[in-house]
Amino acid sequence: MITLTIITDWLMKYMSADAAFYTELVIVAAIYLAVFAIFGLFLVWMERRVAGFFQLRLGPNRVGPMGLLQTIADALKLVTKELTGTKKADSYLYRLAPYFVIVTALMSMAVLPFSAELQAFDINIGLFFIASVSSVGVIGIFLAGWASNNKYSLIGGMRTGIQMISYELSVGMVIVTMATLAGSLRMSEIVELQKDGWFIFSGHISAIIAFALFMIAGTAESNRTPFDLVEAESELGAGFHTEYSGMNFAYYFLAEFINMFIISAVAVVIFFGGWLSPFGITDSIPYMGVFWFMLKTLFIIFLMMWFRWTFPRLRIDQLLTLEWKYLIPINMVNIVLMALLVWLGLTF
Amino acid sequence: MSYIGDVIQGTKTLLTGMNVTGKYFFKNLFTRKDVITVEYPDNIDTLKMFDRFKGEVVMYHDENNHHRCDACTLCELACPNGSIEIIWDKETDPETGKSKKVLVNHIYHLEMCTMCGLCIEACPSDAIMWGQDFHHTTTDRANLTKSLNRPGSSVIPNYVKPKK
Amino acid sequence: MENKEFLADRIRTMEYHLNMGPQHPATHGVMRMILTLDGEEIKDVEPVLGYIHRSIEKMCERDTYKQIIHLTDRLDYLSAHMNGEAVALLVEKALGIEVSDRIRVIRTMIAELTRIASHLLWWGVMGMDTGALTTFMYAFRDREMINDIFEETCGARLTMNYNVIGGVRYDLHENFQKRVKEFIKHMKKKLPEFDRLLSDNVIFRKRTEGVGYISKEDAIAHGLNGPTGRGSGFSCDIRKIHPYSAYDMVEFDEILLNGGDSFSRYKVRILEMWESLRILEQLVDKIPEGEYRMKTKAVIKLPVGEHLQRVETARGDFGVYVISDGGKTPYRLKFRSPGFANLHGLNAMTKGEKIADLVVNFSTIDVVVPDIDR
Repeated sequence: MITLTIITDWLMKYMSADAAFYTELVIVAAIYLAVFAIFGLFLVWMERRVAGFFQLRLGPNRVGPMGLLQTIADALKLVTKELTGTKKADSYLYRLAPYFVIVTALMSMAVLPFSAELQAFDINIGLFFIASVSSVGVIGIFLAGWASNNKYSLIGGMRTGIQMISYELSVGMVIVTMATLAGSLRMSEIVELQKDGWFIFSGHISAIIAFALFMIAGTAESNRTPFDLVEAESELGAGFHTEYSGMNFAYYFLAEFINMFIISAVAVVIFFGGWLSPFGITDSIPYMGVFWFMLKTLFIIFLMMWFRWTFPRLRIDQLLTLEWKYLIPINMVNIVLMALLVWLGLTF
Repeated sequence: MSYIGDVIQGTKTLLTGMNVTGKYFFKNLFTRKDVITVEYPDNIDTLKMFDRFKGEVVMYHDENNHHRCDACTLCELACPNGSIEIIWDKETDPETGKSKKVLVNHIYHLEMCTMCGLCIEACPSDAIMWGQDFHHTTTDRANLTKSLNRPGSSVIPNYVKPKK
Repeated sequence: MENKEFLADRIRTMEYHLNMGPQHPATHGVMRMILTLDGEEIKDVEPVLGYIHRSIEKMCERDTYKQIIHLTDRLDYLSAHMNGEAVALLVEKALGIEVSDRIRVIRTMIAELTRIASHLLWWGVMGMDTGALTTFMYAFRDREMINDIFEETCGARLTMNYNVIGGVRYDLHENFQKRVKEFIKHMKKKLPEFDRLLSDNVIFRKRTEGVGYISKEDAIAHGLNGPTGRGSGFSCDIRKIHPYSAYDMVEFDEILLNGGDSFSRYKVRILEMWESLRILEQLVDKIPEGEYRMKTKAVIKLPVGEHLQRVETARGDFGVYVISDGGKTPYRLKFRSPGFANLHGLNAMTKGEKIADLVVNFSTIDVVVPDIDR
């Protein structure tokens, strides 16, 4: 169900319907891979500049205009580095681990609605698909921690496992809340339903609480401060990816930023109207939705970066206390509240 | 009820913290007023250090290439870790007929100097003083052993140190 | 019910050793700590020192008294001025040299500025250790103002070597008073901002309150001093017990808090910064006229016997102890470093807590490792 009909029509001229379908799949996958890489590089540059302005200094501003080519220089360095590994590491698992995080990130990106016409995989359980696929990414981190044969990595991997499994629950519950309001799990339909008003306004109290909970749980899902004791550089070296270098490390690094992008994109879709423009000013122009979608996603990513550079980090037991004793009860109450609002027709 | 009070109080402190960093961010994004980065190699023409800055030890030479060092070696005795070596020679003074010391080479080991300033205080004829140059990095350690008296220079005859 | 106990006995756990090695982002200097862990809980912390031992005390046996002062800058480099002041005061007391009021006030003012600079760096690093990475840059922005004051008057920013036996090396620069007044005004606006960013933050409070508790009796038994000891209620400020330089000319309070945990130690240092600003305010307008350097003999020889001088650096109670045999160089010189005693409290503070708590406790002790290893 690919909605890039232009490419389909063009290919049908040269090959049979089946071959055209499979070629189209490969082309779309290649485009997404390219977008993944370029967007990851752009996000790294943005993180460094934003961090610079928070910390009263300039970020990188010499390589290329405004420093935009800095990440390409870093990527070149990472690609040419030697791939080290410890001697007694379980080499099969050690090399397999990064691919889990990359593949799950790419799969999640496939269901995001960039605009009314651009969506690679529009299934009717879109939101649920994202939640389930991101759970598989945890395995990659577990494997990395175990297979490195390093005490620091093991501690880091164990901590991450607990953290990500716990916060998946919160993310899932917020998705249930907003699905109650929308009445559907299909991503494109959720965006279409917000044409009369974004969900964060129409669901008033309940949606605002859900947004706050989603930001906290989403920051924890992508292992960023204040929940980044996985990579707590002040404590344990570099956590689960201590023993990775070069391209392997680049995979984890990119995957963290793409995870951040996916969480922000999901937040934009279920709270802020996806690719719709405010007050519907440019809704009739085709492909304009991409611009609005990107703008809103970048704003939410900026919010996550703001968290990172302001707050200290939580200890592992405080993190779990926060999840199990505060977030989950509030989440449950919120689901009931949202159900009541929808049933009594009190939404705007 | 203290549960809800805790949650609200906690959220308030978090938002106050975000306010502090957020103000700096937006000021820096639009005006660069609070940025404290000194863009160093670009401002090298207008860079001026303070007067008393201790860069390295240099020897005063006037316009006729005369210096004031008469090889008394008081600086070599004052230096705590041997960063100064004086090589001197005995010469007969044509006017008085007595033999006196003359400076051949005032070797200064910049790699060992701790910039304590005891040599400059010990010098009775104001021969050495602080210089303001701090670009000492080099790729060859031999460049850090400097000779403070310039080639072809000679001592100012009959220098009398002014009373302070 | 019997089956449950059996099962718990059959699962065997083992304690393992983890090395927070000499190269580590969280230890403030080259220090090695051998941790004995049970899961995530710490059973024992053993610091291993000596990685930055430079035999400064032995070098002082070879140098004359005038030359010793430049070595003391490198001990605890964040309170460089106060270390040199200790040696200068010791020699002046032994020889009976009376320094003028101007010298005493200059030494106190530069000492208090050094104390504020050291506490600012500690605050920035504490934020960084707990994860709030912007505090480091904010602290260094304020520290730049102090470094500029030092560079203008003393010639160097960190290892100033400004004290000499008999006074200070140069007279105050003419811009000194103006810069200090600007600095006081700037800090009075910034310290509440630091509180809003870090001290009041609910995450930071949860990380530091109740963590690393040490009672007053234990603190005295382990010999904790400086702000570390004052956080447990142990009154040990040398500026009040044995006043030196201009500390009997000004009014200031000794900060004592009874919490005993990491947050109390944190709060003591923040309040000490306010007290230092108060001392500077009282002195900046009333610098007396006089000589900035008294005359001393060319070759200094101390009378035979033992001599001791204690000062309060930013870390605690720093002492210089000299045994002299009447010659040009000391027979034996010993530096009593505050960090060495403070480090022994780390084991008592961290028993039964987690690795993240170890990092926080270590940060609040404020150790500078060259001070311990000398």
